[in-house]
Amino acid sequence: MSALEVRGLTKRFGGVLALDHVDVVVPAGSITAVVGPSGSGKTTLLRLVAGFERPDAGTVAVGDTIVAGAGRLVAPERRRVAIVPQEGALFPHLSVAANVGFGLPRGRGKGPRVIECLELVGLAGYDKRRPDQLSGGQQQRVALARALAPHPSLIMLDEPFSALDAALRPQVRAEVVAALRADGATAVIVTHDRDEALSMADQVVVLLDGRVAQAATPATLYRAPASAEVAAFIGPGEVVSGERRGSVVHTSRGELPVDVASRAPDGRVDVVVRPEPVLVYPPTDAVDRDPVDADDDGTDRRTAGASGVDAVAAVAEDEAPA
Amino acid sequence: MTTASPPVPARRVRADRRSGLRTSPVLAGAAVATAVITAVPLWYLLVQATSEGLAEVWDEVWQRRTLDLAIRSIGLAVVVTAGCLLIGTATAFLVTRTDLPGRRVWRVLLALPLSIPSYVSAFAWISWRPSLAGFWGAALVLTSVSYPFVYLPVAASLRRLDRTQEEVARSLGKNPTQVAVGVTLRQIRPAATAGGLLVALYVLADFGAVATMRYESFTWVIYGAYRAGFNPVRAAILSLVLVAISLVIVLAEHRVRGRGAAARVGGGAARPVAPIPLGPARWPALAGVAGLLTVVLMIPLWLVVQWLFRGDSGTVDLGELGRALGTTIGVSALATIVAVVLALPVGLLAARVRTRWAQGVERVTFVAHALPGIVIAISVVFVGIRLLEPLYQELPMLIFAYVVLFCSFAVGSIRASVEQASPRIDEVARSLGARPLEVVWRVTLPLAAPGIAAGAGLVFLATMKELPATLLLHPTGTDTLATKLWQETAVSDYASGAPYALALVLVAALPAALLTRGREEAPVS
Repeated sequence: MSALEVRGLTKRFGGVLALDHVDVVVPAGSITAVVGPSGSGKTTLLRLVAGFERPDAGTVAVGDTIVAGAGRLVAPERRRVAIVPQEGALFPHLSVAANVGFGLPRGRGKGPRVIECLELVGLAGYDKRRPDQLSGGQQQRVALARALAPHPSLIMLDEPFSALDAALRPQVRAEVVAALRADGATAVIVTHDRDEALSMADQVVVLLDGRVAQAATPATLYRAPASAEVAAFIGPGEVVSGERRGSVVHTSRGELPVDVASRAPDGRVDVVVRPEPVLVYPPTDAVDRDPVDADDDGTDRRTAGASGVDAVAAVAEDEAPA
Repeated sequence: MTTASPPVPARRVRADRRSGLRTSPVLAGAAVATAVITAVPLWYLLVQATSEGLAEVWDEVWQRRTLDLAIRSIGLAVVVTAGCLLIGTATAFLVTRTDLPGRRVWRVLLALPLSIPSYVSAFAWISWRPSLAGFWGAALVLTSVSYPFVYLPVAASLRRLDRTQEEVARSLGKNPTQVAVGVTLRQIRPAATAGGLLVALYVLADFGAVATMRYESFTWVIYGAYRAGFNPVRAAILSLVLVAISLVIVLAEHRVRGRGAAARVGGGAARPVAPIPLGPARWPALAGVAGLLTVVLMIPLWLVVQWLFRGDSGTVDLGELGRALGTTIGVSALATIVAVVLALPVGLLAARVRTRWAQGVERVTFVAHALPGIVIAISVVFVGIRLLEPLYQELPMLIFAYVVLFCSFAVGSIRASVEQASPRIDEVARSLGARPLEVVWRVTLPLAAPGIAAGAGLVFLATMKELPATLLLHPTGTDTLATKLWQETAVSDYASGAPYALALVLVAALPAALLTRGREEAPVS
């Protein structure tokens, strides 16, 4: 079952098309990252799903229920979509425990769930603190616990780590993912940070200019981007033009082997050369040395040949053959 | 891609304007109800003024005595405004830009006269020198209580002033005097102009000082038309003329303020300004500031106090004083509660929903505040006669008038405090399952509590000092401090009036002094 199903979602602000027939499907229990540069429509997508904006066309379904579109517009408080905004936005007048318990119905079950959620985010024992006594990373984790507490169908995190110190980010990121997984929650993380998207998510949706440019696993996205724009956005690399013949692309820099995942036909193509697989070895004695461990971002690294510039090349379809 | 946070795209700012509150019809309905309540008296003023036909209105307006009245009122406003511009600008410059000894203390003291009711100050002066009655007495009193309207904004703008411009002018060969005139004065002009227009508005609206000084300006004559034989049509027509004159000034002030904001372009924090050494001129400057405070603050206070110890102070009826004090506090507290409750939906709406109609609703509540108290009082009297006959001269009518007069204080301060809380917080609450009104109750109101309390404080202080509406509408037999002081002043029994004057200073000026301490930018009127 999918926790979120967005079909043909379109939104205009005045003359500007913010979202253009966007389709996103988020399987229950998974983490999806929506990534794109600023102005690509990420935040609009989040606001439409959460219910703070009315779509111009298309539908949003949370679980089995259509919450927007097809003549319906369900109020935000009835969608069971909990948000974690950029700056955490804790209720400053409430204690940590009261923040976490905000979305829970009054009653006996409230206390245990609050404690449970605080434990999930690694903040057991912080329940009596005030938000202003917490560090930025702690505030962000309380905001997550608050979103987790009522067992929503979906949690949407809007640039959740951008306000944090760069050095702190990887750790908080890992803690958030761990908490989401431990609670079996379904999450959508909206971010402009491709590393964040690739390292946290099961599925990455790339939004460019209000359109879904590609939706795939991090590994697929990295190795087989659907277009040169996606390739350029999703990771560092150089675009080289060449001509494909079978499993080899002939370029001005030499012959490059083609990744099997590429669907580009023979003929003129653009090749994206990622920096990681280009490994230069001393001429002889180092053949048995392993390359540096791959980062946990799904990047596939292969040992290159012993000489010359050789690379695993991601090939992108060229839409305008010369 | 860099990891720095992205610039906020334009459409997001747009999205910020909307929030969950938009969908609460209860709130919207309550806000409209408040706007209607504050607008009703003005409608009845119009109805009353035109009740004998437009020709009658025309005749009344184009009379010699109406013209004389306008000249007298405007003349007083011009003289007081000029005096306030001079005093306000000079003192602001001395305490913000020079090394005047004790300038921190002067800064606070100079703002205080604003909180002394004009009729208390007038009472003090006329009890000492009955010959002051008339134009110059009114001008003296009004200047001494209203120059802070100029002093406060000019001092604030001098503190914000970017010194670099002055330095550039110096480096281009201008001497200090040329710089002061050409650069500094020009930069504080918007603040001074806006302040001056506020003074003019205040003078036109003032009832207490001109009535005590028996100077025939609009407000006193309107009161006279009401009292002597009650000529309602004439009172209403004169009120309309006064409203028209006031509106011209309100519009001018609005335009100046808009331009003033646009004049302060350029980012970057202004560097702290080193004080200009006064040298030997600092003793005359010090004498000037001390002398000013003696006239505007010390003499009135001393005169009030010394009446208490003069011979027949045994006549002070403590029981009666206590009753008047109790009535003042009780009535003011009631008015404050009603005003805050009515202001809440308007302030919430104005802060969260930036549509044109929401702004319109907010403006309606501000219109009444820009109008003279006597006009609102007369209008409420008309409402009482025509619409709510059984309540006329009963407590609800007085509360009604207070609410119309001072509701905008609460609206403004509620709005400001709600705006400080990010709309994201409301959205989080909605996403966690809270209904719109629940969000208001559980999140917005607790967050806005300090602002609501500040607004309530402003309403409470203003209500306790209010004179004309209290005079016209207080229930027979219940007297407040203001009405008691008025009665004693009217019969020149200053010794009996003094306790009430002192009590008014203590209940009105003292809290204001405490509120102003440390943040002299906030005008507490």
